[in-house]
Amino acid sequence: MSTETRARPPAAHRRPGRLGRAEPKASDRRRAGVGRLAAVLLSPTLITLGLVVGYPVVEALRLSLTVTDQHINQETGLIERTGQLGFDNYTGLFRGESGARFLNALWNTTSFALATGTLVTVLGVLMALVMHRAFRGRGLFRAAVLIPWAIPTAISALLWRWIFSTDGIANDILNTQILWTTEGFHAWLSVVIADTWKTAPFIGLLVLAGLQVIPAEVYEAAKVDGSSPWHTFWKITLPLVKPALVVAVLFRLLDLLRMFDLPFVLVGRGKRSVETLSMLAWDDMQNLRFGPAAAYAVVLFAYTAVVAYLFIRVLGADVVGRGMEGKR
Amino acid sequence: MYRPSWGRTVGALVLALVTGGVTACGNGGGGTTAQPGQFEGRGPITLAQGKDTTGTVQGQLDRWNTDHPNEKVTLAELPESADQQRQQFIQNAQTKSDAFAVLNMDVIWTAEFAANGWIQQLPEDQFPLGEMLPSTVATGKYFNKLYAVPYNTNAGLLFYRKDLLDQVQAQPPKTWDEMQATCAKVKALPAAAGIGCYAGQFDKYEGLTVNFSEAVQSAGGKVVDDEGKPTVNSPEAKAGLEFLVNGFKSGLIPRDAVTYQEEPGRRAFQEGKLIFHRQWPYQWTLANATDGSSKVAGKFGVAPLPGKSGPGSSSLGGQNLAISTYAKNKATALDFIKWFANVENAKKNLDSNSLAPVYSSIYSDSALQQKFAYLSVLKQSLDSAVARPRVVAYGDATLAIQENAYAAITGAKAVDAALADMQNKLTEVTARR
Repeated sequence: MSTETRARPPAAHRRPGRLGRAEPKASDRRRAGVGRLAAVLLSPTLITLGLVVGYPVVEALRLSLTVTDQHINQETGLIERTGQLGFDNYTGLFRGESGARFLNALWNTTSFALATGTLVTVLGVLMALVMHRAFRGRGLFRAAVLIPWAIPTAISALLWRWIFSTDGIANDILNTQILWTTEGFHAWLSVVIADTWKTAPFIGLLVLAGLQVIPAEVYEAAKVDGSSPWHTFWKITLPLVKPALVVAVLFRLLDLLRMFDLPFVLVGRGKRSVETLSMLAWDDMQNLRFGPAAAYAVVLFAYTAVVAYLFIRVLGADVVGRGMEGKR
Repeated sequence: MYRPSWGRTVGALVLALVTGGVTACGNGGGGTTAQPGQFEGRGPITLAQGKDTTGTVQGQLDRWNTDHPNEKVTLAELPESADQQRQQFIQNAQTKSDAFAVLNMDVIWTAEFAANGWIQQLPEDQFPLGEMLPSTVATGKYFNKLYAVPYNTNAGLLFYRKDLLDQVQAQPPKTWDEMQATCAKVKALPAAAGIGCYAGQFDKYEGLTVNFSEAVQSAGGKVVDDEGKPTVNSPEAKAGLEFLVNGFKSGLIPRDAVTYQEEPGRRAFQEGKLIFHRQWPYQWTLANATDGSSKVAGKFGVAPLPGKSGPGSSSLGGQNLAISTYAKNKATALDFIKWFANVENAKKNLDSNSLAPVYSSIYSDSALQQKFAYLSVLKQSLDSAVARPRVVAYGDATLAIQENAYAAITGAKAVDAALADMQNKLTEVTARR
């Protein structure tokens, strides 16, 4: 389209309806045709996205606003349900026993995200820095680092369950008798350790990709200027790798906020010390309380959305691949 | 960057919510009132059950299919985990799908499925319920109507180290006190240094509900009485829970046992780390394996569970068969479960899969008694076994039990406080009507 617009006076396409001039009319028609074609070509994607993303979100919202009242008919024993719209599922999040359970799950979700998020960022960057060096056996090291990331979460949770069992390796090495999978801080810690082990390579991999596009000249210049390695890292490596790092950490955080499988398999369901929002939603759904379950899911959705928004706004995470274009 | 038009998006959301919400109001109701006698239609049906790990179910179905070429039964295998089976059954019921006709269900689901109208009431007179163990028949009933037919059952046994008990000339204990006394004697043996005394399933999961209920029953109490009212504030319930709590305090139960589910407990028993172990009968074959996986092969025996002042009482496990309300060809389904749960098939299931039968007569079969040496002990255990609470909101009830029993055995709550909280929560769960 660029060459065409440059050939014409700009006014022509701002006033498309002008009669008596054949050329803009034809181009208008063509443009309308292109627009229609674009819409047709995009529609399969849009419809698919609408069905697999849009519909569930809307349906979850609707369910979360459906308040079900049920009682058992004393003669037949059958459950009779009536549903109506209301906000009870949301007010229930902050009241009484379910409220305490919700706040506990919210705290667990947040503390997992903060603790594991920080640990994987530090370890991931370290891994990337090591993987970036040229040394003998680098290929082997890279492969070894990536193995945890390649193992499905549920399987790694089972592996860690063995490690954290009472007569397992963890207690052997630490020379302790901690019952890791019982309620308490140690259960929380075991999940943080297992998740850090599993996902630090993810950060490492993305940061490595970021490191590899930093031109060597910058480092040479720093060396010539007598910059210390520490200074070089803070002033050159970190700022230049930041776009990749921020996106990697954002993805990791979003994953952490919806954490389910690791605490579920490693420590077990129903254990308050590791119960996350997703586990709570799952549990209510298992007990056929779809309204409250959807309310948990919607709150989690909103929470995740806010975190993502803050990350993009404050730290400028470039998620959609604007690259340099956005800065122009 | 692309920016969506927020006004329009929000508008669409609101519109969708309103239209969606209106239809939501219509889908209340708990299903149709199930009555026996509405079993119409013949033709192919589906049997839905957990993964057939023994590989013998298809063979059984083949025999039925040869005799009934126009009413063939197809096997729909669901995941091995009971939670996932229940989830699939519920999804199937909520979409009113006819994909599953006969459901092979855990005994604790009957109340929930019946109350929701997902399974059909069955004609009692068409099944030989009188020949079955009464406690198993009770698991298929809801509001005194039959909704599911017992298919197999299960009960806990006390596995004990016969070799060690023989050395101190002790008989398997009938009471908790005897068990403690025997244990002290065995521990004094040089060969048994560092051995743990007793364990069951005490991790916070369904196994804890089973073990807690057994402790309460073995002390003469009940978790839920015959009218369905919780009674865990009774002195008997207190004695039961105190047995477990004091067991952990005194070291009768090893500290690790609070992490035990069935398998970790079995490993501990097989490695010779326990004198007494409350376990399901499946441990018999595995702990007797002579391939080196078990250090106690041939060195142990089984007895009924001990109690406070006499023999204890087990919780009931097992599976029941039910017919989905939304199934087609229900006449065929009814005929099929009559055949599938009959005494001949129950015998075969014991013989080839070690599934405990619900028919009392099979337990006195001498050939089977020889093959399964624990059979007569299992029968004794089954005779005094009690079903877990039959509550519509079973998931909430079992969580209330686990939550408080776990808090008591880990020392986070005093016994009285734990039982008071459990009683309150169970009252709320059972009265939610």
